[in-house]
Amino acid sequence: MIWVNQILQGVLLGGYYALLACGLSLMFGVMRIINLAHGDLAVLAAFLVWLLVAQGGMPLLPALFVVLAAMAVLGAVMQRTMLERSLRSGILVPLLSTFGLSIVIENLLFAQFGADTRSLAPAIDTLAYDSWSLTNDIYVGQLSVLIFVVAVALLTGLQLLLSRTALGRALRATAENPDIAELVGINSRAVYAIAAAIAVVTAAIGGTFLAMRATFAPYAGPSQLIFAFEAVVIGGLNSLWGTLIGGIVLGVAQNIGAQLDPHGFLIAGHTVFLLVLAARLVLSSELRSRLRLRREYSP
Amino acid sequence: MSLLAVEHLEARHGLLQAVRGVSLAVAEGEILALIGANGAGKTTLLRAIAGAHRPAAGRILLDGADVTALRAHRRVAQGIALVPEGRWLFPGMTVEENLLVARASRRSGPWTVERVLDAFPNLRPRLKAYAGSLSGGEQQATAIGRALMTNPRLLLLDEVSLGLAPIAVERVYQSLERLIAEGMTVLLVEQDLGRALRVATRVACMLEGRIVLEGAAAAMTREQVTQAYFGLGRDVARGAAS
Amino acid sequence: MIRRAGISIERWTPLSLAASAGGLALVAFLAVAPLILGANALDRLTTLFIYITLGAMWNALAGYGGLISVGQQAFFGVGAYAAIRLSHAGLPVYPALVLGGLCAGLFSLLLSSFALRLRGGEFAIGMWVVAELCHLLVNLDGLIQGETGTSLIALNAFAPEQRRADNYWLAFAIAVALLGLMFALLRGRLGGSIQAIRDNEEAAASLGVRVLATKRVIFVIAGAGCGLAGAAWLATSITFEPNAYFSVQWSAYMIFMALVGGLGTFEGPILGAILFFLIESFFGASGIWYLVGLGAAALVFSLFLPRGLWGTLEDRFALHLLPLGYRVRIAAPPAAPAASGEAVSPATGIEG
Repeated sequence: MIWVNQILQGVLLGGYYALLACGLSLMFGVMRIINLAHGDLAVLAAFLVWLLVAQGGMPLLPALFVVLAAMAVLGAVMQRTMLERSLRSGILVPLLSTFGLSIVIENLLFAQFGADTRSLAPAIDTLAYDSWSLTNDIYVGQLSVLIFVVAVALLTGLQLLLSRTALGRALRATAENPDIAELVGINSRAVYAIAAAIAVVTAAIGGTFLAMRATFAPYAGPSQLIFAFEAVVIGGLNSLWGTLIGGIVLGVAQNIGAQLDPHGFLIAGHTVFLLVLAARLVLSSELRSRLRLRREYSP
Repeated sequence: MSLLAVEHLEARHGLLQAVRGVSLAVAEGEILALIGANGAGKTTLLRAIAGAHRPAAGRILLDGADVTALRAHRRVAQGIALVPEGRWLFPGMTVEENLLVARASRRSGPWTVERVLDAFPNLRPRLKAYAGSLSGGEQQATAIGRALMTNPRLLLLDEVSLGLAPIAVERVYQSLERLIAEGMTVLLVEQDLGRALRVATRVACMLEGRIVLEGAAAAMTREQVTQAYFGLGRDVARGAAS
Repeated sequence: MIRRAGISIERWTPLSLAASAGGLALVAFLAVAPLILGANALDRLTTLFIYITLGAMWNALAGYGGLISVGQQAFFGVGAYAAIRLSHAGLPVYPALVLGGLCAGLFSLLLSSFALRLRGGEFAIGMWVVAELCHLLVNLDGLIQGETGTSLIALNAFAPEQRRADNYWLAFAIAVALLGLMFALLRGRLGGSIQAIRDNEEAAASLGVRVLATKRVIFVIAGAGCGLAGAAWLATSITFEPNAYFSVQWSAYMIFMALVGGLGTFEGPILGAILFFLIESFFGASGIWYLVGLGAAALVFSLFLPRGLWGTLEDRFALHLLPLGYRVRIAAPPAAPAASGEAVSPATGIEG
């Protein structure tokens, strides 16, 4: 029974990872950029919400909306000033510039807020630890379920945006070929800015939930980035729903690892990630050699 | 006043000069055919007019207004549409989506998906198919349809017959003739000399980045065109001087 | 009619001869420095040598191999950890340190078949995950006691002055050996292969350049180099706390040194390491703002000066201090008799 519980917790954790990771996935899908500052942006948002709520006395939801609006602007500005230049410079520049940005954000947060861990749990009262019992042994945290539901809703919304709306079509066209997109009337710069804004907003939502379900501190960004990236890669780089599956696989692996050994949480997660990467390499090269064989023997 | 005026345009690829001081004008309703050998600079010229290639010098005027500094998507909003060489559809999107995405510039005009399907009936059964799975002729039809969806005043066509079976080329040009009959202004690059001379009102021949021959299509002889195309007259003149 | 011109390919120029001679003289001086310089200077030079090694290794990976790794701290930590383990097993200390560093190289060799097939961002973050995993696994070792860490106790058998000199020579030898190795490889076939791969990997492969083998050589050297640097760091600090050795901070330092110094140049990371060392000496105490400055520098340089300081200097002034390229010397053909008294143009060189 304890295993069922762990797996269930893992699935719900996967929802959080998918929420955190969908922005990373979107930015990679549209711009081919991996934003190494993604985790730090999530933590930045958590700090801003905490600032408004714990220091400024604002209620949670309005504070969240204010921060989301600010983060959207930040995303667009980041795109126009930094990422725009990186877009046509190969993989080196975006990785290095976002890594530099990550270090700047982390240390600025440290300079401003110090090393103390903080949490938004006080702001949500009992939601932080309330749970429903499904049976005597199996229980699910209400917050975890909320996060999962929000994650699914967000992914659905994003998927619908991409497949049904004019903006989504413009995003997809620009992702496939920005030069031709311009030639049919799409303002590729504006499209990129919107994609970046969406990505950063989802990171901010993820960061806020992180603050609610756990604690956060200035240097928490990189670990969140790694989880997000692992979720994206396990699920396959080109799919939003894949990110949910990847998140779930990661969450379940981590929880099973934690059950096996007190240090197992992180070890299991990283190991599964590396195994999936390796498996994908082996499978794709096997596929390729099978195809080659077929071609050799065809008349 | 001409719809399109190009003044002393220069365009480079790195250090290679592709367009050297080209000037031309296209009046409303005219069909100008741009011919010339590979590497003469025709595609670069078209891309420069459309805004996909930044010129090193010169001006491009649409209806008298200087559009040289405008980015490509703004030129689409002004009424210039390019069907690029090689079609370049969005392969991950369906035919319908490829057409719909071109409404981005929100220019008003008569073109809708339905009207494009009327002009290219072979697309009707393929509306929900992914662009990557289309045949050459279907791709070309979609590419032209996509450009039409922007409701252009000036249509730039780059080698629409490239890589197409003769029957597909025939079908494309039939649809084009309908467009022309409706008064569309067209600047087209065409390898097939016969077709170019048949469909155009005026012809310009490019050689090594310059226009070496220009005039009404009806008045032009094959000999004139062939000489200009291969630069024969030029070498003869040079030989006499040395 | 075209006259046949004399064409020769040269590798040395007067400038590179002078620079190489100067470099060798400097190396000779540094080799005997423990007999001349004081304790403080020796300590600082030791640290500088380790930084130079790290910068050069990251530059080898990214600048020459095109591989952006945010996880070289894996080898830095593994090198130090292996040294601790070997010393604990009874090996004399300094051989244990060197061998420990080389163990990291072995680890990178074993990892290479997997790692080198990853592309771009997958490789970058994949290496970071490898580093995290190494950190976690090392923590599990009872000898290390988790984050508390342990010490290289065997070093205490040496007197401080002796230890200081030995550490200096260790770090010095590592830096010189690795730089020398890179120089020799770059002058040979590897240099050409690297250039070809950098320009167009597929075209290079179609010409017969063994792309994976070339990258593997660089990857293993970088792994061994970072491992040796970690061992040298252990020698100077004596304590091994996994948190300090496996920290992604080391990647940040390496990226700064290689990027600001000049990615893809030989002299660049040396310049970058010196700069980093100076900045750390003056501003390290201000803690956070120093790190913000490093991050901002990486950000600004990657966007506006991607060739780094040395790279930009090289490009602007065609300055090449070391004989790593090829120069084509074309002697001007003798002037045609009918030409009006023009001076014969001097031989031209094209740096390749």
